Amino acid sequence: MFSENPTVLWLVPMLPLLAGAVIAFMPNRMGKPASWLALGALGVSCVIALLALLAALHPGGHGEVFRSVTQSTWFHFGSVEMKWGLVLDPLSAGMGAMVTFVAFWIFLYSTGYMAEEARFGRFFGFLSLFSGAMLMVVYANSLLLLFMAWELVGLASYLLIGFYYSKPSAAAASQKAFITTRVGDMAFFLGMIWLYGKTGTLSFYDGGNGLLESGALTTLAGATTIGGFTVSAMASLLLLVGAMGKSGQVPLHTWLPDAMEGPTPVSALIHAATMVAAGVFLVARTHPIFMQSGLQGLPLTATAWIGGITALYAACVALGQNDIKRILAYSTVSQLGFMMVALGTGGVPAAMFHLIAHAFFKALLFLSAGSVIHGCHDEQDIRKMGGLRKAMPKTFVTYAVGMMALAGFPFVFSGFWSKEAVLHSAMGWPGGYGPFALAVCAALLTAFYMTRQALLVFFGKPREPGVHHPHESPPVILVPLYVLAAGAVLLSLVGTPVWPWFEEWLLGAHAHFDGGALFKPHALVLVGISLTIVTVGVTASWLVYRYPSGDSRAPDPIERKFGGLWAFLGTGMGFDAFYEKHIISNVARLGRAVDTAERMFFVPLMALAEGVIKLCGRWTGTVDEQSLNRGFNTICAEMKNRAGTASASQSGRPQAYLRAIGLGTAVLLVMYFLISAR
Amino acid sequence: MNPAWTVISAFAGALLVLLLPARSAMLARVIALAASVVGAVAAVACCLHKLSHPDSPKWEFDAEWIPQLGSRFHLAADGLGLALLLLTGVVAVAGVLFSWNVERRPRAFFAWYMTIIGGVYGVFMSRDALLMFVFYEVVILPKYMLISIWGSTNKEYGAMKLTMYSIAASALILIGLVVAYAAAGGTSFDLEHLASANYSAGLQYWAFPILFLGFAVLAGIWPFHTWAPTGHVAAPTAASMLLAGVVMKLGAYGALFVAMPIFEQGFQEWRLAIALLAVAGIIYGALTALAQKDLKFVIGYSSVSHMGFILLGLAAANMWGLRGAVLQMISHGIVAGLLFGIAGRVVYERTHTRDLGALQKFDLWRSLPGAAFAFTLATAASMGLPGFSGFVAEISVVIGVWQASPWLLLGVAAGIFVTGAFSLRAMQRAFFPVRNPDAGDPPKLDPLTWPEISAIALLLLVSVAIGVYPPPWMELIDNGLHSTMFDTIRTLP
Repeated sequence: MFSENPTVLWLVPMLPLLAGAVIAFMPNRMGKPASWLALGALGVSCVIALLALLAALHPGGHGEVFRSVTQSTWFHFGSVEMKWGLVLDPLSAGMGAMVTFVAFWIFLYSTGYMAEEARFGRFFGFLSLFSGAMLMVVYANSLLLLFMAWELVGLASYLLIGFYYSKPSAAAASQKAFITTRVGDMAFFLGMIWLYGKTGTLSFYDGGNGLLESGALTTLAGATTIGGFTVSAMASLLLLVGAMGKSGQVPLHTWLPDAMEGPTPVSALIHAATMVAAGVFLVARTHPIFMQSGLQGLPLTATAWIGGITALYAACVALGQNDIKRILAYSTVSQLGFMMVALGTGGVPAAMFHLIAHAFFKALLFLSAGSVIHGCHDEQDIRKMGGLRKAMPKTFVTYAVGMMALAGFPFVFSGFWSKEAVLHSAMGWPGGYGPFALAVCAALLTAFYMTRQALLVFFGKPREPGVHHPHESPPVILVPLYVLAAGAVLLSLVGTPVWPWFEEWLLGAHAHFDGGALFKPHALVLVGISLTIVTVGVTASWLVYRYPSGDSRAPDPIERKFGGLWAFLGTGMGFDAFYEKHIISNVARLGRAVDTAERMFFVPLMALAEGVIKLCGRWTGTVDEQSLNRGFNTICAEMKNRAGTASASQSGRPQAYLRAIGLGTAVLLVMYFLISAR
Repeated sequence: MNPAWTVISAFAGALLVLLLPARSAMLARVIALAASVVGAVAAVACCLHKLSHPDSPKWEFDAEWIPQLGSRFHLAADGLGLALLLLTGVVAVAGVLFSWNVERRPRAFFAWYMTIIGGVYGVFMSRDALLMFVFYEVVILPKYMLISIWGSTNKEYGAMKLTMYSIAASALILIGLVVAYAAAGGTSFDLEHLASANYSAGLQYWAFPILFLGFAVLAGIWPFHTWAPTGHVAAPTAASMLLAGVVMKLGAYGALFVAMPIFEQGFQEWRLAIALLAVAGIIYGALTALAQKDLKFVIGYSSVSHMGFILLGLAAANMWGLRGAVLQMISHGIVAGLLFGIAGRVVYERTHTRDLGALQKFDLWRSLPGAAFAFTLATAASMGLPGFSGFVAEISVVIGVWQASPWLLLGVAAGIFVTGAFSLRAMQRAFFPVRNPDAGDPPKLDPLTWPEISAIALLLLVSVAIGVYPPPWMELIDNGLHSTMFDTIRTLP
């Protein structure tokens, strides 16, 4: 079914898309049926995606990666042929299975979490639209199809962030997200056109003629452009900018923390697990193009450094946040940076492993945070929480699993091994230790800020009277938490150095169980580093935050010592203020200036033209009056005078007429005789 | 069915409506609708026939007209022409539906309306330059009437400005045509004859800009665009739809079909200038739209920006560029019609304001959810999001420009980016306002009527059809572009 021409794969993205389209036309009161429809469509997609994953587990022949493509010609003119199709390979199969699986549980969670919402059905329509588009991104076998789905994903994200549109902050955040990611999208777009212009194809795999196959890659690497760079390098950089927009890399990251204005399930699904990982996925998918410049080439170096800087930057900023969701948002930015580090240092399997593990534990964290917010009556400030361990024991457990996975608690959590894989990749990079060092520092801070959050939310005593009566959430919210928590733990089984099945599978090789792998010096050093990181981070945080103040308005212990630094971190190191002051206001000013120019220039121009025409009219009128017309008038007046004289004879008196007739007759007779006498 | 039914039905409809007794408003509407539906159906049927029989000869009608001048009554329609007839038909039907409840002198309204449609059909089918010019002029007077009688917001000024620009442009076109006619021997106005004649390089160098500019003014080329926003805003909804939807396309069509094939060398000389003006228009229109307070002005300036893509595609002058330009003509015709229909008809008739600030208090997403939903989709289409016609058109133009002069794309990317910004700004302010929780319920507005819903559905359907499955449209367009008239242009470097 999947090994050759897997047409059935189309169902995976199409079912949620269709469900979204149907829901769009369902009236608001049919919220419940809408949610069932969305859940059912996604459930079927999930089953197919899992079957596809099973099929893709068999490696292809000759030690190659399993790869099966379904495609048909979209349009065809002369030599130009555009195809669209889907590809099933370990990359898309793993990602697709993760997206459908995580999305299914988040959908289920939403049926409980959003139950009070008036526009319940609409919400599921948007979610379905998003899932369908996202799955299209994952399975697309053409850069064009991927880009189209990518834009739709952005639209769905825009709609969902702005779901509470009447809230000013949500409305602003949705616009910001769409427009900021669009900066990246434009770069992606140009990169895509460039690739098409050079190779004449946008299909990834097409029986040897695809973009990611040797023929096209050689062409790209062989062609040089401005500054002596190869086309592959320039196009890769443009694709990277696109990925940075979607995946919230510095400096295009500012939209992601604001995107937390959306409902919490949206934050979990779109702004933690799936869409923000699309950028990472794009780089992973087009990695062969990046690789044309070599492991130390410009594109991969840029990827690694941007990833490292983002990882550290966002980890620092996460430390200075007090909103439970914004902490997680910055942590997402930071983790995406880790994935970029892995990609930049050549570790595609490590990046994908971290991506999938992160999807599980970050979705889990967001959903648990949602459960906390729900239980605390929509309170999001962690300074006002505290002691929730007792009131919400089940949420506490699931949250703790997610937190430990993210912080990298050793051995049984997927986050530990995936982060270790990333560090492993960074350490072995021939381009230097910079990204590795940044990532290590970021990992340390991750352990620190996650411990801070856990201590402030779940330990100590409740600090705010309004949050006095927190309650545990219903099963429809808890079950998805259990499932994701199990995933966050179990995933660690497939990516350890002892049995690196996942990585080997992505590379198309058989994994061997090798108990000794863990004890090789290289691996031991890394495990040692990882253990040190988590121990130091957690202990330091515990030392600082173990006795949280009982007053929610009391300054943070770090704030007391380093007030300026704290404020700086709290504002995200001033990126937003900078953009607001120097970019957004200037674009708006430019718009107004052009508009003013339009009014100041074209309106007077029209007035001038009008004036000139009127003036001409007046002038010709005068000329007319004074010369041409005067002659005409004189003639007319003269004629009138003569006519007046002549008309005197027309008196109407018969006597006068008879007299004239008699006189005339006499004259005629005289003339007659005179002439005839001659 | 042959394409002549489009012209015949439109003019017959206009005449019939005029002959009706006074106070038969309903009958006038029905006749106008029937006439435009006949035209649209004829266009659809012809397109389908062309697609299923791609090798069938193009339809032609050729009769003696003014033998002394060598001008013939020559109509023809190849695939490209048929696609534009289809666009006209669809916009015409939607326009009648959006004007369903015109109260003021409906007979006169629909008579002028159908006259414009007939003229537009005629231009798209004429193969004789003089005949085309006559049809072109037929469009101008009714435009003036529609705006100055049924318009709003500064209507006399808008109508006059638009008409003056049109007439000045017509004068340029006439001069250009007569020059070509005389230089080609003064024997025939046949377009193919004019296109195949040899003109000296010097003549081409100065005659091309005259002829091209004449058409391009009507296509809203920057900086001769200002008639468009004021005209669109002043016009009644149906007229805005026709103006932005099809009349502006006449300019682009003339540039492509008359100016470029006749003076190919001249075009080659001026190509870069056209491309630069087009990019300037794309950015300028988008930036100006960003600063507007009137919803219709936003759409008006967005039209200037979108029309820039058409001119840019023409300037690229390769297969992708030309194809993209025609696709953008169709796409923008549909989408602008939709935006104007919703903003000018559905919203304005109920709220009596188009001011983005004043619309806030109506909370349209809640008081008029259907319109908000449709406008959201229309905005997505206008931004060129995938799945809508705009994406297919823009990407075709961009590929064409890439092949011709890639560095222009930096400007295009900036324009697309600002388009996203102004579209979202206008949509959010007009339809999804930030609401004061104490403000209470929004005012009750009448729900959408059936004519409005059908018009919106029709236009959206076409836009999505093109966006999801463009091949048939490309096939039609390519059929026209493969004509001998474009041989030289397609091989330009």
